Amino acid sequence: MKAVTWRGVNEIGVEDVPEPTILNEHDIIVEVGLSATCGSDLHLVGGYIPAMRAGDVLGHEFMGTVAEIGAGVRKHHVGDRVVVVSFTSCGQCWYCKQGLWSLCDNGNPNPGITEALWGQAIGGCYGYSHALGGYAGSHAAFIRVPYADQGAFTIPDGVSDERALFASDAAPTGWTGAHQAGVGPGDVVAVWGAGGVGQMAARAALLMGADRVVVIDRFDNRLEQVRTHIGAETLDYEDVDVAAELREMSGGRGPDVCIEAVGMEAHTPGAQHVYDQVKQQMRLQTDRPAAVRDAIYACRKGGTVFTLGVFAGLVDKFPLGAVMNKGLTLRGAQQHGHRYIPEILERMSRDEVTTEHLATHVMSIDEGPKGYQMFKDKEDGCVRAVFRPAS
Amino acid sequence: MISTGENAVRAGGSLLRRVRSALDPLTTLPAHRGQADSGWLAVTILCEPQDIDRDNLPEPLAELGDRIEARVHAAAGDKGTELRVRLRESSPGPAPGRFSGTDSQSDLRSALRRAKQLIEVGEVLKVDPTPHGERASTPGGLLLEAWTRTAPKAGLR
Repeated sequence: MKAVTWRGVNEIGVEDVPEPTILNEHDIIVEVGLSATCGSDLHLVGGYIPAMRAGDVLGHEFMGTVAEIGAGVRKHHVGDRVVVVSFTSCGQCWYCKQGLWSLCDNGNPNPGITEALWGQAIGGCYGYSHALGGYAGSHAAFIRVPYADQGAFTIPDGVSDERALFASDAAPTGWTGAHQAGVGPGDVVAVWGAGGVGQMAARAALLMGADRVVVIDRFDNRLEQVRTHIGAETLDYEDVDVAAELREMSGGRGPDVCIEAVGMEAHTPGAQHVYDQVKQQMRLQTDRPAAVRDAIYACRKGGTVFTLGVFAGLVDKFPLGAVMNKGLTLRGAQQHGHRYIPEILERMSRDEVTTEHLATHVMSIDEGPKGYQMFKDKEDGCVRAVFRPAS
Repeated sequence: MISTGENAVRAGGSLLRRVRSALDPLTTLPAHRGQADSGWLAVTILCEPQDIDRDNLPEPLAELGDRIEARVHAAAGDKGTELRVRLRESSPGPAPGRFSGTDSQSDLRSALRRAKQLIEVGEVLKVDPTPHGERASTPGGLLLEAWTRTAPKAGLR
């Protein structure tokens, strides 16, 4: 079958790869209907997470049809239309039972790598390097899904493929950020990043009762999507003093909750960006944390900052003094999507969550390299390139 | 009163012990090393203590036979059951060997993780063979392949 593969730093290929097979009795094989690029893929593409091998299949956000089931699968049948959460989690360990699914003890077959990096291993993720399990990704005709009764969800009739696709990763990641940050009625919430995850975090915050939600970015088309499809306010950080605007919008207090949905390749105007870029390229820091710094400074005293963007290692000039002296709560997580996807699908079926607008460019697997280039460069207003293997 | 000089010597000694401990745990273990609490690898399993029979351990650990000893305790806070195992005749190796999964405890570490999966999930998760394209023989790629091969046996302890 054809698949979009990582060939080297900033090199994407399309190759013939073997079809997956059932390896465990809780596996299913899914025929991929749609598979989305994600901002976190760009960290792999650019070599910022150096645990990819040439030939690895990319993609972790997908939906499709069940093509084969293992002997131990109870919830699914061949032909079911499903969306699959991007993390592989067993559903049986203490972390899964606490609802902290991405922290699963058993979902990563290569725990030694992340134990060495972070002190503990977390769960696995499709197409997201050998550090997170070495699983093949979803930019292919078929994908193996372990722990399928836990991670695959039947899509309600009436929810389109294009909408359900983003219940795999962008929406549940946004829900994870808003919920774990404790967003509630009356809160002012600021979200850095108007990509798919940032938009979904903003939508989740609104549905959780936030009084005012503001999304910060620099791309006009993404900010327009936020106003039109999410119902949140926007700030262009290249036009305004974001910290001053946020203070004004929150009566001088600062946002109650600040959600960072940018990650390790943050862009900022001016000298700070050059400084961070040079240090990252010289490997003096692995991640550029500009949006996290801004969120910490902007957040009200005693508020919560949530890092939802993907970070891999070490950052420089981290304002720990502000965290400590302002009494902030700093949290972060990969998505615990298993606990949020049923609610998201239900809200999708009621049109309370719409996501089709994120898929600005739908294309075939053969156009994988072009899709990633467009997505990386934000060419032609690309918010997400989405691959349809059957086309 | 402790002088600044004594403080500096103490701090230096503490730092040296930490570095030595990371590189070679044997040098900093107490005198009763090999008897009481040294060399144990532990996992917490979401089950009741009576679900784990020390004399009839799950297959991956049972295969190691008399080479290992095991302890079972209820975990605090309803977190499950702590299963500790160690090799009778061997001690923890230095950090590079643990991180690369080439130390004396690597097989035990892997067996313990697989035993936990068998008790909690009922099967051991596999990942190979996984579909992939052409592998380039770059130094970085070969290094990552080697690390990935040993990663199931590697760990902090």
